[in-house]
Amino acid sequence: MKGSLIIVGFFILGIIAGMTGLLHIDDFGFDVSFTALAMLMFCVGIGVGSDFSALKSLRTQSGVMLLLPLITIIGTLAGCSAISLLFPDRSVSDMLAVGSGFGYYSLSSIFITEYRGAELGTIALLANICREIITLLGAPLIYRWFGPLAPISSGGATSMDTTLPIITNVSGKEFVVLSIYHGFVVDFSVPFLVTFFCSF
Amino acid sequence: MFKIILIMASGILAGWLLRRRNLRLLGRIISVLIWLLLFLLGVEAGGDERIVKGIASLGMEALVITSGGVAGSSILAYALWRVAVRRKTRESGKGGEVR
Repeated sequence: MKGSLIIVGFFILGIIAGMTGLLHIDDFGFDVSFTALAMLMFCVGIGVGSDFSALKSLRTQSGVMLLLPLITIIGTLAGCSAISLLFPDRSVSDMLAVGSGFGYYSLSSIFITEYRGAELGTIALLANICREIITLLGAPLIYRWFGPLAPISSGGATSMDTTLPIITNVSGKEFVVLSIYHGFVVDFSVPFLVTFFCSF
Repeated sequence: MFKIILIMASGILAGWLLRRRNLRLLGRIISVLIWLLLFLLGVEAGGDERIVKGIASLGMEALVITSGGVAGSSILAYALWRVAVRRKTRESGKGGEVR
């Protein structure tokens, strides 16, 4: 939660700098966002590459529940396609790109800004922060309506860090490993799915 | 876009080679880069009058899209849970027969 506040803080600072005309995005002389994005992706890659061991502990988990990340991805994309009927001005692929952030707001909004512009990037940032907040606040209700796997699904990519405590609390300790595994796989899928849907 | 994926793939390779090292610094670097990029997103959004004027409706749109995603994934997660429970009871039933 504190992490989200800092992120929103930087975003708001940027908005103020942009609105007052203190800074302009073309002032830098080179594509500073793309350079920073490339560095970020390299670092994210290092993190993934050095942490394959996290997946090994999963052999103990039981069969069908290992499908949960896939279920989350399909469910989210289906839900977002349905919602896109409400917004005829936006293309389905835009909606799916926003949805494929799965709560990983920083990376997905940065990507979408790069390829689809700041307007959809802002929507992506807000939408994915909402996903984390909805899970943090709504987990007990989601559990009551949809069972113990749903809070994990709802958490999306955040089910391995920021929303893990509330998931453990609501669904039970036996779901910790599943939740971490789920977050890891969904998190891993974000850059691929977002770029994929941005390419239409 | 292909460039970015290639950069990430080389990062994964580098990470695998460095897997025994202490990578505590990495998290810090990632945080700082994310802050920088979101600051820049803010600069770009703030400099665009159309976005500034529409921030409330963009926020509303964001909330609706997310609700769709959360609802869709929760419904499927419920279905998966039913399947898992049914399998478990069937397995334990079989165990009883053998005995």
